[in-house]
Amino acid sequence: MMMQKKDEDTDGDMFQRIDKSTVLQEARAFNEYPINPKKCQQILTKILYLLAHSEVFATAEATETFFSITKLFQSKDIPLRQMVYLTIKELSTIAEDVIMVTSSLVKDINSTSETIYRANAIRALCKITDSSMLQSIERFLKQAIVDKNPSVASAALVSSHHLFNKNKEVVKRWINEVQEAANSRGLATQYHAVGLMYLIKQHDRMAVIKMIQNYSSGLRSPYAYCMLVRYIAKILDEEDIDGNARGLYEILEGFLRHKNDMIVYEAARAICNMKNVTSKELYPAVSALQLMLVNPKVSLRFAAIRTLNKLSLTHPQAIVSCNLDIENLITDSNRSIATFAITTLLKTGNEASVDRLMKQISGFMSEIADEFKIIVVDAIRALCLKFPQKQTMMLNFLASILRDEGGYEYKKAIVDAIFDIVQSIPESREFAFSYLCEFIEDCEFTKLSVRILHLLGAEGPEVSQPSQYIRYIYNRIILENSTIRAAATSALAKFAIKIPELRERIKVLLTRCLEDVDDEVRDRASLYLRILDDEELCKKYIVNENTYSLNYLESSLQEYLEDEALRKTAFDISKVPIITKAQEKSEQLRIKTKTAGILASSAMNSAREPSPKKSAMAESIDPQQQYAMEMEAIPQLAALGKLFTSSTLTPLTELETEYVVGCVKHIFQEAIVFQFNVRNTLNDSVLENVSIVMDIASQDDENIDLLQPLYCIPCNQLLYDQPEKIYVVYKRPQQYTPSVTFSCLLKFIVKDCDPTTGEIDSEGFEDEYQLEDLELSIGDYVAPAFIINFQKAWDEIGDANEVVETYMLTAATSLKKAISSVIDMLGMTPCENSDIVEDRANTHALLLTGTFVGGIPCIARARMIYESSTGVTLELTVRSPVRAVCEILSNAIN
Amino acid sequence: MGQIFSGLLNRLWGSKEVRILILGLDGAGKTTILYRLQIGEVVTTIPTIGFNVETVNYKNIKFQVWDLGGQTSIRPYWRCYYTNTDAIIYVVDSVDKDRIATSKEELIAMLDEEELKDAALLVFANKQDMEGAMSVMDVSNALGLSLLKNRTWTIFKCSAVTGEGLTEGMDWLVNTIEGKK
Repeated sequence: MMMQKKDEDTDGDMFQRIDKSTVLQEARAFNEYPINPKKCQQILTKILYLLAHSEVFATAEATETFFSITKLFQSKDIPLRQMVYLTIKELSTIAEDVIMVTSSLVKDINSTSETIYRANAIRALCKITDSSMLQSIERFLKQAIVDKNPSVASAALVSSHHLFNKNKEVVKRWINEVQEAANSRGLATQYHAVGLMYLIKQHDRMAVIKMIQNYSSGLRSPYAYCMLVRYIAKILDEEDIDGNARGLYEILEGFLRHKNDMIVYEAARAICNMKNVTSKELYPAVSALQLMLVNPKVSLRFAAIRTLNKLSLTHPQAIVSCNLDIENLITDSNRSIATFAITTLLKTGNEASVDRLMKQISGFMSEIADEFKIIVVDAIRALCLKFPQKQTMMLNFLASILRDEGGYEYKKAIVDAIFDIVQSIPESREFAFSYLCEFIEDCEFTKLSVRILHLLGAEGPEVSQPSQYIRYIYNRIILENSTIRAAATSALAKFAIKIPELRERIKVLLTRCLEDVDDEVRDRASLYLRILDDEELCKKYIVNENTYSLNYLESSLQEYLEDEALRKTAFDISKVPIITKAQEKSEQLRIKTKTAGILASSAMNSAREPSPKKSAMAESIDPQQQYAMEMEAIPQLAALGKLFTSSTLTPLTELETEYVVGCVKHIFQEAIVFQFNVRNTLNDSVLENVSIVMDIASQDDENIDLLQPLYCIPCNQLLYDQPEKIYVVYKRPQQYTPSVTFSCLLKFIVKDCDPTTGEIDSEGFEDEYQLEDLELSIGDYVAPAFIINFQKAWDEIGDANEVVETYMLTAATSLKKAISSVIDMLGMTPCENSDIVEDRANTHALLLTGTFVGGIPCIARARMIYESSTGVTLELTVRSPVRAVCEILSNAIN
Repeated sequence: MGQIFSGLLNRLWGSKEVRILILGLDGAGKTTILYRLQIGEVVTTIPTIGFNVETVNYKNIKFQVWDLGGQTSIRPYWRCYYTNTDAIIYVVDSVDKDRIATSKEELIAMLDEEELKDAALLVFANKQDMEGAMSVMDVSNALGLSLLKNRTWTIFKCSAVTGEGLTEGMDWLVNTIEGKK
């Protein structure tokens, strides 16, 4: 802290009133003769300071400054020379003709004495050299890579790393030198060499695996080992765990015994993040992390507990053995560690330990920052849903922290948690409501008050003694601002409608609201008073179980406001789809569960710097919304109506091919849109008029003619490495859901272009490129749906339309594979973690829900038995209100 | 010992370094001459992209020599380095008869610059060791040196490879510059 203060002070001295034009004036000193190194150095510092603070230098200014700086090469002063390099690097992108210093830099690089600035010169040289000139300096870089001075070699390697993106071909030729550098005695040099080698080979998986095996022992740099671990993790993430990858796991396991903590941690983390990791594979990694939990180094304890915390989301059982050590961490002086320890325990804990944990948490809540408190609240919410019996205690805890000081985000997290508990554990309602009533008595956040009043209105009338809430609500009308008063008015009205005994008394209160100073409050009060007089109206407007699809309503209203022509007529609400409240709820739940995971992981980062949180939030917009927005921007596609569901991206080419294509299937009410994401990986060609020709390759359906190709929206120009989208639209009758295999062909006009200038030849020729076949299956017509209680939903739909089918999945070699293929084929969402299966289990029940196109809910239970001789036997039971849907889904297995 | 002494004297009289530009078309031998003067050896050179700057000690005078690249693309930047120039060494490839006219154009254009009006001009007719080299007179005429007005100039035949003529040229420079002071 003191240090920082001091820094700021000196900053003030030199840079307080620094101004570009003055500095540029001062820069004339570079032309003076003889040179004053001290003075010039200071001026260069000022220029760098300005550049670092985003001061804009015009090209002419920058060029002039650059040429003055070149005069400084006459000085042999080392610090000055280093400043010159730095400034040249910064100016290289703004000034013109920066290649003027090439010869001077080459000379500095080749200077024979152990000159300190050779590495700096290499970095500057690579910055000023554009990709077409690269060959002229190739010789020097190759020499530098194998230089015996590690700093020189590292500088050359890192610069090559940057150059690789500009000119892959030339850098690829240096692989032999890079390999030699990997054996260098410099630790950082090894690390850089391994990094560059990977960059060169990254698209050739076999080569990467070979490289990993080759270097898995014998390196000296721990950083290089960590890089290897990350490469292994990447490969394991791409590939199913068998064959080649098996060996990679063993390498990771070997690293767990390394004497360097960093490598051990990286390896343990990689194992914990492996897809489909078994508990046997996890065991050594967890043991390694367990040892770190008691390490005196804070950073190690932190890293270990954070990784275990993440693991606890997916494999709570695997960490039970560490629980004792984790409990000791609750009292750790580092509060971040303590927070993670608590939340980990909350996830792995059993019912018995919960009481003890909750006591400890209460003690330390006041000591941590809001971000961490939110993590704790989220964990408690999850725990409460897991152990409904403990809800009283949890609610007590939430209520007590609700009384404490805290910001909006924190309070919102608590209120959200209480809301969720109310939704899923009906018994908790009375307690929860009384806490919430107490909270709104003294709540500084209007938004939260409004939400709570709404909840009270919606659910309050259903508890045993609803009249007790009237007082709280009416108090709001007396005391609060107009927004809250309006919400309270609505809440009162709901009580009046649902409980006829209270109606007359509430009418008196509502009549008083007619005197309110605020229009909205008065309007609401008179509306409700009018409705209350008429039983019919009551049913129609207030007890209504349906609602408009709000997202769609919002976007169509926006469209209406932006379009002059549309605004001439009244807004037509009948086009907005109506959904039931239950559907809306499940949609909200879906978004919530999706974001929860991301938030938990980003919260730690955001605790340090606030900006990444925002980006995490942006990413958390789910892809389907993203697609829908993109397609609405295209008039032809916007006309298709609301997007029902989108598949994940299916690759139609290998990743290393000239043109990389993937497809997303979008299902609309009466159409199917195939979105092709196309990327051109050739830097010397440009594609124009790029379109996709789709043809039905195979089908087992005589009505296939009903599926009519409508049009293709081509892409006009496909530049190097700039992905574009092409859409192909098929028309589909509402009830018709065919499974089809399409053959796909990419058609285009190819033109040569100069990779450096981007200049395109006028002459081109037509060409085509065969893509892999694309399957449209039943699963594509099913949108994911989220429910909390499977059994309840299962019973609600009933067995009227139930269809049961039995299949032999001979191709499935394990329950795990069978589960993932059933989920793929049906496109439905697994519930209650039923997609996770014990390693040694021979039987399993997979619970699935979804919404079939047309908005028909469907729910399925798949019981499986595995026998090594016959494979997996599957009994699939599908329920849905519509018989046809049950039949389609039960036949979707092949 | 002598050197230390003269350095001391120089400092006492506040004598500064002499700033010299070596110019000429590409491939004329500028960089070779520079290093021949500085370290007395013939080094292998590559086309200069940009410039080289070296300090050369000759007869107790410190020359700061700027060797600017001669390629067409670099010639426009010569002017950035004209300020404070005491003398110009202009190097001509005596074998390259085809481009002697271009060489003349560049020379004339350069001498027209205001910043160089007081600079002395030393022309080296380089590559005299090679067969078919033009004589000093031919080079001088081709460049139109005799028509120069208000300019201290001379021309020497030389060969950077053998070292012939370089000393004479430098001696002339030393005399001229000392004369000016």
